[in-house]
Amino acid sequence: MSTPTRTDQNLGTDIAGGVGESPLRPDGTLKVKGEFAYSSDLWLTGMLWGATLRSPHPSARIRAIDITEAVRTDGVYAVLTHDDVPGDNVYGLEHADQPVLAADVIRYQGEPVAIVAADHPETARRAVAKIVVDYDVSEPLVDPERAAFDVDAPALHAGGNVLRHLPIRKGDPDATADVVVRGEYEVGMQDQAFLGPESGLAVPADDGGVDLYIATQWLHVDQKQLCRVLGMPANKVRLSLAGVGGAFGAREDLSMQAHACLLALHTGRPVKMMYSREESFFGHVHRHPAKMRYEHGATRDGKLVYVKAQIILDGGAYASSTPAVVANAATLGVGPYKVRNVAIDCYGVYTNNPPCGAMRGFGAVQAAFGYESQMDKLATELGMDPVEVRRRNALHEGATMPTGQVVDSAAPVAELLERLKAMPLPSGPEASDADGYDLRLLPGGVSNTTHGEGVRRGVGYAIGIKNVCFSEGFDDYSTARVTLKVTGGDAVATVHTAAAEVGQGLVTVQQQITRTELGVEQVVIQPADTGVGSGGSTSASRQTYVTGGAVKAACEQVRARVLRQASKVLDLPASQLRLHAGKIVSADETVVGAVVDILGDETITETVTWRHRPTHPLDDNGQGNAHVQYAFAAHRAVVDVDVELGLVRVVQLDCTQDVGKAMNPDAVVGQIHGGSAQGLGLAVMEEIQVSGGVVRNPSFTDYLIPTILDMPPMRVDVLELADPNAPYGLRGVGEPPTISSTPAIVAAIRHAMGADLTRVPVQPHHITGTP
Amino acid sequence: MKCTVNGRPQEIDDVWEGESLLYALRERMGLPGSKNACEQGECGSCTVYLDGTPVCACLVAAGQAQDRDVVTVEGLADEDELHPVQQAFLDAGAVQCGFCTPGLLVATHDLLERQPQPSDPEIREALAGNLCRCTGYEKILDAVRQAATAKAEQ
Repeated sequence: MSTPTRTDQNLGTDIAGGVGESPLRPDGTLKVKGEFAYSSDLWLTGMLWGATLRSPHPSARIRAIDITEAVRTDGVYAVLTHDDVPGDNVYGLEHADQPVLAADVIRYQGEPVAIVAADHPETARRAVAKIVVDYDVSEPLVDPERAAFDVDAPALHAGGNVLRHLPIRKGDPDATADVVVRGEYEVGMQDQAFLGPESGLAVPADDGGVDLYIATQWLHVDQKQLCRVLGMPANKVRLSLAGVGGAFGAREDLSMQAHACLLALHTGRPVKMMYSREESFFGHVHRHPAKMRYEHGATRDGKLVYVKAQIILDGGAYASSTPAVVANAATLGVGPYKVRNVAIDCYGVYTNNPPCGAMRGFGAVQAAFGYESQMDKLATELGMDPVEVRRRNALHEGATMPTGQVVDSAAPVAELLERLKAMPLPSGPEASDADGYDLRLLPGGVSNTTHGEGVRRGVGYAIGIKNVCFSEGFDDYSTARVTLKVTGGDAVATVHTAAAEVGQGLVTVQQQITRTELGVEQVVIQPADTGVGSGGSTSASRQTYVTGGAVKAACEQVRARVLRQASKVLDLPASQLRLHAGKIVSADETVVGAVVDILGDETITETVTWRHRPTHPLDDNGQGNAHVQYAFAAHRAVVDVDVELGLVRVVQLDCTQDVGKAMNPDAVVGQIHGGSAQGLGLAVMEEIQVSGGVVRNPSFTDYLIPTILDMPPMRVDVLELADPNAPYGLRGVGEPPTISSTPAIVAAIRHAMGADLTRVPVQPHHITGTP
Repeated sequence: MKCTVNGRPQEIDDVWEGESLLYALRERMGLPGSKNACEQGECGSCTVYLDGTPVCACLVAAGQAQDRDVVTVEGLADEDELHPVQQAFLDAGAVQCGFCTPGLLVATHDLLERQPQPSDPEIREALAGNLCRCTGYEKILDAVRQAATAKAEQ
């Protein structure tokens, strides 16, 4: 039977690969073929190699720098010091307090002093070694408490050593309780340890400007800082995202960006810089070490009455993102619990230790180790099940945070814990070889340190809370340009943002959103660059929310224009038309046109700057609606501990997390796996050892991150309780699993050994009690 | 220095004696697939075959590859094809940032040549020299299991 309309009436199946599905990542094929161009893979004819001279001392004054021998070296094209910085010799994310090249004062070991460009990387390194710096070395200030509170301590910056003090006061400051538990806790300095070291290629341009191809988390904040350093307007400093080998916060600050641009502009040649792993440990900020004193007061039936806490975060030599880290640790300092009376003082402090800043879950990670250790201590004191004491105090929608902010979307704290507890527990060590044990399944592994003697099993639970997006009134936005046109007979959408794909899969999610909103199958993601407005930072679990929101909004505008045009052509009201799988469909589900016919040879482009709902600064008592959204994850860890040798094997690590909407379920689970692994690292392996301001282990031989042998199987349960304020109801995913993983593992170790542990990473001597 | 890389003869001049095979591959032969994450043999990102044996290319001097046969991630499959191991890593979501992926692919390729149906403990043992910071390894295990199945069905 023929149809009366001129258009194919088959509605067709939905476009595959939209929101809620798990299409393959568009960069995946290049990555498995070894053809994806990371920043360290870039290469241009005639390019030079940059290298950096760094201070070996954590505290010193520079008397003189002699570059004579370095300049004379064959193959060297430039040796630059602070005198060669054309603009302001200072940078920083919000507080510009860090020199591009040290002029007179050295505030940490590894501070850059001079840079070299040469025709071979080894030539550049050798020239660096020939630079003679006359240092007047002084005693470093390395104790953050002394830096903060000892009036006799030297001030490392003009404003003193306390970069930020944030008090939180809620309820009665003199509240008392029947049951009181106190504890002091420490978190060591963790490294992001992304696999792809800092690198980039700066290319001088004919207009006197520079093009920088760079692995970063936020192109526009780099650009803003570079303009000031180079003394150039934004149109002369153009950045393009090169392939990023992981980030986790470590690429939020500048590393080699300014240095490469300075060398390229000075020599007139492209300059590539690529840090070694050792230099990488000095080239980026780390997770703040924390000292925390907690006091929890509760009723005999386990209801929290008050929480008092002092949290000191060692920011090291420069500000980086310390103020925001302080805000998170303070505002989230009691965890996902209802507490009527709260008094928290959180300090971010300057010292001569390595600068600390952004790392996945910042501020929330440190506080969670404190408050979750306290919840376990309270459970022990009350003789109560640790999950039950958490359940009795669990935050929920409608409850009030210590800042006075009311939680206005789902907060399934009790449910996450209950689901976790309902998961089956693994059985004991398997008997699988002649001796009865498979060494690979025991603490110590094939080192053959035990056949089961001295091994105790423990189970621990923890839950964490994280704010999503930027807080405290920050103008947090992203920009998306979406273009729709007919190419090769098909409607093809192109999405252009400056948002950094760092491995998490933002490029995939952008495609998914565009397919869902425009009903087109082919979506091209353009390389991210500063040719479009800022995408904001790839941090704070915010990109799917904010850049996702921007892409959705731009698609909606493109769609409205297609439908207006269809309305004219078809003489039907636009309000009764929708797009479906490349077709125009009317209100009665009749196909009335095809997108390709409506578009013809026209190109529709819309650019949208999208903001989440506003947040507000905190007042003098730390009160205010500072956060956009809260996110929650919980972990249960099962461990086997050799209590005689202090060796730990994590046997199972299960996670429940509410993600609002699983935009890409496979990628969500991937984030949970990876975040949990970094939490495991902080629990039992990872610490940058700093003594006297000097880093003792800047290598992957001495700084250990989890291998496939260290990671246990994980069971992941994802909840989707929509946040009505967020695009598609989604909740930020990346950080929450890093937060609860660490305290759950430590709780399990405590359970196994029956003694307290107050510091992470847990080391063997903490377990054995030997010095 | 002369050697064979991915089946093709390569000849490079002016090799400084301190250059690693990794540097020669990446910077002189235009094969940047093998990655430089630690340059001291801890992370496995630079794993390549040298005469059929997986090695960390960062720990091999370029000169040591003289007259020998090198296979890198770029040589695991023909130009427009994916090896089952590559396809499995892609399908399983074992690739996030992907910096560790080239080394893991070579290490997995080698494992499945030696042990076509590895148990989970065998997979963990075989890949213990390859660090990944993004995935927590769960989907890498999935990928190896899938690759083993796919190869068995071939």
